[in-house]
Amino acid sequence: MFRSEDFADELIDAGFDFFTGVPCTIIGNLIGNLTNRPDATYIPAVREDVAVGIAAGAYVAGKIPVVLMQNSGIGQCLNALTSLNLIYGLPCLLLVTWRGFKGNDAPEHIIMGKTCDKILDTIGIAYHSISGENAKELINVSYRHVLEKKTPVALFLKKGVLD
Amino acid sequence: MNCCEAVMTITGLLEDQLVVCANGIISRETFTARDRVENFYMIGSMGLASSIGLGVALSKQSRMVVIFDGDGNLLMNLGSLTMVGYLRPRNFLHIVFDNEAYASTGNQPTVSNVIALEEIAKSAGYLYVKKVTDREDLIQEVNKVLKMEGPSFLLVKISRSEGKIDIGRVTHSPEQIKDRFMSALH
Repeated sequence: MFRSEDFADELIDAGFDFFTGVPCTIIGNLIGNLTNRPDATYIPAVREDVAVGIAAGAYVAGKIPVVLMQNSGIGQCLNALTSLNLIYGLPCLLLVTWRGFKGNDAPEHIIMGKTCDKILDTIGIAYHSISGENAKELINVSYRHVLEKKTPVALFLKKGVLD
Repeated sequence: MNCCEAVMTITGLLEDQLVVCANGIISRETFTARDRVENFYMIGSMGLASSIGLGVALSKQSRMVVIFDGDGNLLMNLGSLTMVGYLRPRNFLHIVFDNEAYASTGNQPTVSNVIALEEIAKSAGYLYVKKVTDREDLIQEVNKVLKMEGPSFLLVKISRSEGKIDIGRVTHSPEQIKDRFMSALH
């Protein structure tokens, strides 16, 4: 298990410098840490597509943004991803919690839990799944993806990866 | 006052302000009236002009960011108003062209003929809110809010354009729009 504070350190050390999103319990402590630390800005958004829009604005103004959300938010921001980020080349790191993984969750998470990775495949957004060991490497890989490919990249966080 | 007149009036008063234009006719009118590198034309992602503009305003506080929004776009993302009111970026000017219709798709009515959008902006915490209906007031108000600390909100009531839309589309590719806009920022 990763400490949320250490995970936030890794994101900031990699070069990400603008954070926005909508909470999920899995990233509750991470958002708390990003909100309180002096070396980061976390903007609480009202909806996931709004967060994606804010991140796009931050990017054109020189920031390297991260959007935090539950996988239910993938559904909410599909149009923003396809008709804004992917066509303009506006990148961000999508840090997405994977509720409903292997069908083990509340009913509202089951279908998105089965399909969220396939949805990203379908629209052409790359993703990786974080475990305890590969977090730092994947964060750095994602940062390079953002700079070089200029498209969003997603990192999935399952329950139990963060404290 | 129609959309074209309102957009031409405002763009004529702009200096180096950054402008984020909502999709559809608003982007097309702005492109036709005064194409400039400081304009970000949103061609999809309806509703998000104010969110994109908020991201720019928070990240580039030395530059004023103007949102050219529409009533349909605004109604699709009312939550964004509460974020602006909460975060209170001083460099944020939200201009809404309100023709009470989805003009880009054939003038299907919105609800802004009954619902006062300026009252929603006031409640959401914008520091200055004004509704204007004629060109003289528009010139006076735009000159005022461009010098003022925001967030400010101008509701510009415009007439619906009837018949075929004969303005051009934005000819820059989405990537060109982004690159130009970014070059204007750095």
